[in-house]
Amino acid sequence: MLTSIKNECAIVGIGMTEISKNSGRSELQLAAECVLTAIKDAGLEPKDVDGIAGFTLDHVDEIEVARAVGIPELKFISRMPHGGGQPMGLVQQAVMAISTGVCKTVVGYRAMNGRSGARYSSGVADGAETADKISWGWYTPYGLLTPTGWCAMNTQRYMYEYGATNAGLAEIAVTQRAYANNNPNAIFYGSPITFEDYHNAPYIVEPLRLYDCCIETDGGAAFVVTSAERAKDMPHPPAMIRGAAQGVAFDQEVITSYYRDNITFLPEYDLVAKQCYAQSGLGPDDLDAAIIYDAFTSIVLFQLESFGFCKRGEAHEWVQGGTLGIDGRLPTNTHGGLLSEGYIHGLNGLCEAVRLLRGTSVNQPKKNIENMLVSSGAGMPTSAMIIGKM
Amino acid sequence: MPKALRMRPVIGHDNRPWWDRIDEGELPIQRCCSCGTLRHPPRPMCWKCQSLESEYINASGKGIVYSYVVVHKPAVPGYEYPLAVGLIELEEGTRIVSNIVGINPEDIEIGMPVEVSIDAVDDEMNLPLFRPASR
Repeated sequence: MLTSIKNECAIVGIGMTEISKNSGRSELQLAAECVLTAIKDAGLEPKDVDGIAGFTLDHVDEIEVARAVGIPELKFISRMPHGGGQPMGLVQQAVMAISTGVCKTVVGYRAMNGRSGARYSSGVADGAETADKISWGWYTPYGLLTPTGWCAMNTQRYMYEYGATNAGLAEIAVTQRAYANNNPNAIFYGSPITFEDYHNAPYIVEPLRLYDCCIETDGGAAFVVTSAERAKDMPHPPAMIRGAAQGVAFDQEVITSYYRDNITFLPEYDLVAKQCYAQSGLGPDDLDAAIIYDAFTSIVLFQLESFGFCKRGEAHEWVQGGTLGIDGRLPTNTHGGLLSEGYIHGLNGLCEAVRLLRGTSVNQPKKNIENMLVSSGAGMPTSAMIIGKM
Repeated sequence: MPKALRMRPVIGHDNRPWWDRIDEGELPIQRCCSCGTLRHPPRPMCWKCQSLESEYINASGKGIVYSYVVVHKPAVPGYEYPLAVGLIELEEGTRIVSNIVGINPEDIEIGMPVEVSIDAVDDEMNLPLFRPASR
């Protein structure tokens, strides 16, 4: 029996549409475009794909994608819940399906008109009696309606317990905007911000200011996973999947896990970190770069601590002085991230991670990128992966 | 145009007893009948002993601000901004999210003692709101 997923499979294709504030076309078309681009990038044809993985939140069904793109047979279909928490969960699904022989090649996708269509910043709505709707009812009557608000609660307590100011958050916001400044596919291409701009921007939900929050965009992103054996013959150097994990921790809610003894860290990140390191045999010192889910600046801090780059409560200082910059210890979110490139639920970050391993990022660090971390959304059932060169 | 109202909670089997007690003017906390564990938000099974039997006790209504946020955007009809939302740790040990009222949001501090009052926020809904403790 297979006892480890390490290096069994690889990401061999990536595909994205442009990122915009109004795509002018359907989410199905965005999905079809990015899926086909990813398949072609892998040197494959639609008929070579026999598995598909997506988000339960996606409005585009897998069969619509298959019909549009012309994928004739699917032997594996999978959808992951909890939006931004599970992009790397899709990768794990693909690895498990392929390494067990259930199918050979899986395409994963996310397509959303997140700006011109339904926007997450407009908050959650009333609805039928389900367990999750009942859960929202502990927050919505008081006006705690958006991911920014939910996330700000943990951030405030973190700042209180560790004496953190907005300085570390500003560092993340400004660094990532600088990356986006070089990225023609980023919404904020050619528009850097200064620390002064950061501090002068209005609050959205205190203590989070405008530039602490990701943008809302239209776009699609997709990836193709196949076996390491098949990956050898493909056009691009494969991104070997060394570990991929999901995690749900005690008393988990969706960003509002406020009832745990300590709310200044997110134990679901500890859980995925532990698994990724165990699977890969690597540790934080072995990771040369990272794509860290950045719906909000503060959740980057939580992740840096859970993945062991620094101690609990220290990330707000550790990031300062260029740590996450192109010449820093851990170049992070070199595409500009969800903050400044665009928001495609973390799959745009996955594409950037593969580019960093191939050496084709517009912000390619000078140092060799041998292994890297890619994580997913905060405060919800989350996921992460470690990928590296063949 | 009718005045916009705050969003209503969705009410079902698992939370109706809690909201009923709010309407009676009490701040309830669910307690496991088997092992006595307090839990909020209410759930149908005790995570500690798996008992399905639970009851409600009345909280003293006193607590501290464990964390808080001040919402500025988006400004949703039915709410007044800036809007202070607190995570209140009750004397009994459970936490609850609510609004912190009767104080300028700029003056709110973590650790500040607060106490509950059950207020009619409109003709149809009562909510437990917290204000600085009077002592």
